[in-house]
Amino acid sequence: MNILNVLRVSYRSLARNKLRSFLTMLGIIIGVAAVIAMLAIGQGASDAVKQQIAGLGTNVVIVFPFASSQGVVRFQAGATSRLTESDADAIRAQCPAVKYVTPVVRVVAQIIAGTQNWQTQVMGVYPDFEQIRNWPVQAGSYFTDSDERTAQKVCVLGQTVANNLFGTGSIPLGATVQIRDLPFKVIGVLSSKGQSSMGQDNDDIVIAPFSTVQQKLSGTIYANMLFASAISSEAVNTAVDEITQFLRIKHNLRPWQQNDFTVRTQTEIASTADATTKTMTLLLASVAAISLIVGGIGIMNIMLVSVTERTREIGIRMAVGARGGDVLTQFLIEAVSLSLAGGIIGVVLGVFTSRFVSDIQHWPVVISPQSIGLAFAFAAIIGIFFGWYPARKAANLNPIEALRYE
Amino acid sequence: MEEPIISVKHLMKIYKMGDVEVHALRGINLEVNKGEFTAIMGASGSGKSTFMNIIGCLDTPTSGEYLLDGVAVANLDRDELAKLRNVKLGFVFQAFNLLPRTTALENVELPLLYSNNHSASQRRDRAMAALEAVGLAERAGHYSNQLSGGQQQRVAIARSLVNDPVVILADEPTGNLDTRTSVEVIEIFQKLNDKGITVVLVTHEPDIAQFAGRNIVFRDGKVSKLIEVENRKIAAEELPKIPLPMDEIEP
Ligand SMILES: Nc1ncnc2c1ncn2[C@@H]1O[C@H](COP(=O)(O)OP(=O)(O)O)[C@@H](O)[C@H]1O
Ligand SMILES: [Mg+2]
Repeated sequence: MNILNVLRVSYRSLARNKLRSFLTMLGIIIGVAAVIAMLAIGQGASDAVKQQIAGLGTNVVIVFPFASSQGVVRFQAGATSRLTESDADAIRAQCPAVKYVTPVVRVVAQIIAGTQNWQTQVMGVYPDFEQIRNWPVQAGSYFTDSDERTAQKVCVLGQTVANNLFGTGSIPLGATVQIRDLPFKVIGVLSSKGQSSMGQDNDDIVIAPFSTVQQKLSGTIYANMLFASAISSEAVNTAVDEITQFLRIKHNLRPWQQNDFTVRTQTEIASTADATTKTMTLLLASVAAISLIVGGIGIMNIMLVSVTERTREIGIRMAVGARGGDVLTQFLIEAVSLSLAGGIIGVVLGVFTSRFVSDIQHWPVVISPQSIGLAFAFAAIIGIFFGWYPARKAANLNPIEALRYE
Repeated sequence: MEEPIISVKHLMKIYKMGDVEVHALRGINLEVNKGEFTAIMGASGSGKSTFMNIIGCLDTPTSGEYLLDGVAVANLDRDELAKLRNVKLGFVFQAFNLLPRTTALENVELPLLYSNNHSASQRRDRAMAALEAVGLAERAGHYSNQLSGGQQQRVAIARSLVNDPVVILADEPTGNLDTRTSVEVIEIFQKLNDKGITVVLVTHEPDIAQFAGRNIVFRDGKVSKLIEVENRKIAAEELPKIPLPMDEIEP
C-alpha cells in the first residue's frame, strides 16, 4: 500500500474515534505545552538576570565579605562580615586601577512622611555610588563626602518611595522623613531605573550616607559588601588583583590562608547567574519532559487498547489483502499523527501559557523557535517510540484468529 | 473449461490445544474447476470452515498440497499469502465483517487500497461498479451500521468481487439471513457465477445447496460425498415464489 493510502486509512480511523483521539493527544499536548512554557520562563529569567547584571553599572567590581570556593560564592553558615569602611577607604587610596569605591550597608526600615509610611530598603553608601552604579538624581543632588564624613541625616529617595510618601510625581526636596524615628532631610530624588525585568522594583530604595546608616540604623561596623569600579574596562582584572592583594595584607592573611572575602567582576557574576538560570531551566524542562514521556506512555496505552479493540478490523484488513507491514505502518502513522497533532496543539497552548504567565505574573518569558522545534521533534520521536510496540503487535496478528476475535 | 482452479491433496489440519489435538481435516482430496458453483455441506464441526480458511489463504494446513490457480500455496510466507488473498480471492463471511463506522463504498474500496495499482478515482469507479452488481449503488454513502443484514452481506459480496478474483469463497453467507434475503444473496452469487467467476460456498441448509451445481459433503474432516445437483434451482425464478415478509406487503 502506498504511503498516501496509509495516511488516508490512518486519518479515517482517527477521525472515526474523535474523542478517543483527543484524549490520547492530551498527554502530549500537556507535555509539549509544559516544555515550551518552562523553556520560555527559564529563558526569560536568564535574559532578565543578564540584563540586571548589565544594569549594575560600568566596570563594576564587587567584594563580598565571605570566602569562596571553586569559583562559587558560598553563603557559609556563621561566616561573619569582615569588610569595613576602612577597607573601602584603603582600597581607594592604595589601588591605582580602582577609580571609585564605596562600602555598602543595607537595612530594611519603615519610613514615615506625615501620615504616609512605607517599608523599604535603606542603603548606606559613599557618593561614589552614583558613578559606580551609573545612577544620577532626577532632582536635587547626592550627598557630599563631607555629609558622609559627618554622618548627616540626609537622604536621596528612589522614585517609588517618593511617590508613595508624597504622591505620584512629587519632588519633595527639603522635606523631612522619619527613618526608624530619626528625621532625615530629603536632598534628592533618584532618576527612575524602573521595574527590573525580574519583577523587582529598582526604585523602591532610599540612599543615605554610609556613616549615617551604619551608626544610626544598622549598628554594626561591618559593611555588607563593597562596590568598586575600575578606571577602564581593560583595568577590571588589574583592579581585582590589586584589591585581592591589598585586602589579604590588610586582613593579615598568611600565604596558606584562604581569602576571607570574595572579589567578583560583573562578568563573573553574570556567568554564575547564567549558569544558575541554565540549571533552573534544565530542571524545569526535565520535569516537563517527564510529562511528555508520560504522555507517550498514554499513547502506547491507548494504541494497545486500540489494537485489542480493533482486532477484528485488523483481521478484516488482512483478509482482503493487507500485509503485516501495511498494518504496522497504519498503526505507527496513527500514533505519530496523534503525537504530532498533540505537538502542534501543545505548541499553541504552550505559547499561550507563556504569554499568560508573563501577563499575570509579570515574569519575563522568551519563546525561542528552538524550544518549539525541540518539543515538536520530541513529540514525533515519542509517537514512533511508543507506537512501535502496539503496531508490531497488530501486524503480527494471525488473520483468522483476529477475525474470530470477539 | 475443465481446468482446476483449486486443487488440494491429502490436506490435513490439526489444532493443538495444550495436550489435546483436534484433527479438523483428515486428508481432503478435492478439485474445483474454473467456473464451477460448488456448495460444501456437512454437520457442524465437520471441518467446513477450517477448509475454507485454508483455501482462502487465511490459514495454513498442517500438511498436504494446495494449488490455487496453479500457485503452490503451502510454502508461501505471510506477505505472499496476503497478496494472494488480495488479487485472486474474495471472501464472504457469515458475520459480514464490514468495517464499522465506514461507508459501504469505503468498505468495498478496501481491497483496492491494498493492491496499490489504482488511483483514487479508479478505486471509486470499480467500487461503484461492484456495488451496482449487487444492486446497492444507491446505498454507497450509507454507513455499514445503517444497512440491513442482507444489504450488509451484499456490500461484503461487492467487496469480495471488486478485485476481480478468480474464486469467491463464502462461509455460510446466508447463515444470519432470513429465507427470502438468503435467496436474494444467492441470486447475486449465481449472477456472478454466470459471468464466469468460480464460487465455493458453505451452507448447512439443503435448500440453499440446491442452487449450486455440485455439492460436497464433509464428515469428520473428510469428504464423504460428491453430488452433482440435478434440477439445479435458479434464484431469480425462486424469488417470486417466496412470500414477502408481512411488513413489506402492507401499503
Ligand atoms: N482455532 C481452533 N482451535 C481448536 N479447534 C478448532 C479451531 N477451529 C476449529 N476447531 C475445531 O475443528 C473442528 C472443525 O471446525 P470447523 O472447521 O469450524 O467446523 P464447521 O465449520 O464445519 O462447523 C471442530 O471440532 C472445531 O472444534
Ligand atoms: Mg463453520
